[in-house]
Amino acid sequence: MTISSLIDTPSELTDSASSKTAIVLMTRIRLARNLAGRPFPGWAKPAQRAEVLQLCREALVEATAMKRSVNVAVHELSDLEKQILVERHLISRELSGSDAGSGVVINRDQTVSVMINEEDHLRIQVLRSGLQLKKAWNAINDLDSALEQRLDYAFSPTLGYLTACPTNLGTGLRASAMMHLPALVIGGQMEKVVRAVNQLGMVVRGLFGEGSDASGSIFQISNQTTLGEAEDEIIKRLQSVLQSIVEHELNARERLLEADPGKVFDKIGRAYGILQNGHVLSSGEAMNLLSLVRLGVDLGAFPDGHRQVIDRLFIEAQPGHLQHAQQGPLEAGQRDLLRAERLRSEFANLTRPNFTYPAPGKSVDGKN
Amino acid sequence: MAKTLTCNFCSQPATVHLTKIVANKVHNVDLCEDCAQAKGVTNPGGFSLGDLLLEASLKGEASSGGGGVRCEQCGFTQADFKKHGRFGCPACYDTFAALLEPMLDGMHKGTRHAGKVPRAALERKSLYDRLTKLELDLTDAIKSERYEEAARFRDEINQVKQAFTPKDSA
Ligand SMILES: [Zn+2]
Ligand SMILES: [Zn+2]
Repeated sequence: MTISSLIDTPSELTDSASSKTAIVLMTRIRLARNLAGRPFPGWAKPAQRAEVLQLCREALVEATAMKRSVNVAVHELSDLEKQILVERHLISRELSGSDAGSGVVINRDQTVSVMINEEDHLRIQVLRSGLQLKKAWNAINDLDSALEQRLDYAFSPTLGYLTACPTNLGTGLRASAMMHLPALVIGGQMEKVVRAVNQLGMVVRGLFGEGSDASGSIFQISNQTTLGEAEDEIIKRLQSVLQSIVEHELNARERLLEADPGKVFDKIGRAYGILQNGHVLSSGEAMNLLSLVRLGVDLGAFPDGHRQVIDRLFIEAQPGHLQHAQQGPLEAGQRDLLRAERLRSEFANLTRPNFTYPAPGKSVDGKN
Repeated sequence: MAKTLTCNFCSQPATVHLTKIVANKVHNVDLCEDCAQAKGVTNPGGFSLGDLLLEASLKGEASSGGGGVRCEQCGFTQADFKKHGRFGCPACYDTFAALLEPMLDGMHKGTRHAGKVPRAALERKSLYDRLTKLELDLTDAIKSERYEEAARFRDEINQVKQAFTPKDSA
């Protein structure tokens, strides 16, 4: 399988049937692993990196989970292909900028990707749409155990899996969920949530990893510590934090609707109008508008099926995906025109919102 | 480190002395007036003693000449760690254990691994270690013409080698 056919194959993120979930868009778990007796990628010489790449690739093709996968060296990828993979959360920005001797193996439905010679020899990642921490953990645990049959991991009984950076030591596990939290953003409560979540040992970030850009009201919540706790405890702790954030978001939605339903519906209605009729849309603005329409779906103003369209557009409105669809590089100005054109045609077929004002004193169920 | 009361960060006389006890060990940081101000020590809650200890120990090591400890496996030094914030190879965790200990304390939930263990890989390693030892024993036995023992070692080697044959992953 080639990278270009992979990009055009339906993926877990863009075409998931389980895109039914309000609030949690996707779940990811990654494990950091290194080979014993070999320098970490950042300190290794080119020949040593090449050896590790070779060893890891050999082990990966034998794993059942990686049957029918794409197996490429990073330097074989074009800049556009790398950007698309970053936008799909399949590789990190760090890997896309790395030297010779780095690679990635991605399975066909794009639920599993393994980066080789990123910060660690192996960064194994499993991704699932919606909130599926347990399933993601089972899948990644199985793949990790299969790889361990062939690879000698660097491991210490006291410190666990040894990683290039001591912050990943122990389990090497980072579990995260991508959450859509528009009501907490509109209500100005995000800062409070971030602080509370930090105190529980979890980290909140804007959509694409680092930075605090909250475009589309999408946030990534993940565990901060990796040592001193078993994997299932980390996951259980994250799960309970996620559930409490979901509750806060639902409460915030209820309060917004109680306080001023007209204002909320106005935002959603305008977003729909611009997406259907706009001609210049930056990626940030598009994300924010799509986010409002998604909120509209959750509130019952649009049919449930729209959610899957929005989730696909969250990804397809990104610069790399736009240029791929256009089959050529575009300047930022051209991209904004093209993005608006794409969104206009998608929204031409999406039914108009149908808002129901809550009866006084009755509570609104955001879960539909 | 010398026990003169000079600042851990520059060479002025130290007037501020901080103590932290981690795992029953006392760690000291001595600072001059200027550095105490610069590190935010005078501002309660505005600094982390853990970070300061790490910084001071890195500083002390770097200025003590000779480059400090160096990882025998990969040549990584403490100065490299200070620069990159990453280690050079898995063996660095042994080499720089003393440096790491106070860091881990504030960085993680605990300081001991409580999760998954790579059983297959560890078993393979212990088999490999056993094989290496048996092969040495065998050579010794043959050299000193203890042929009965040699035959026994050879049998054991064959057994260990059989256990080595990789099982196909599920
Ligand atoms: Zn000083
Ligand atoms: Zn080393």
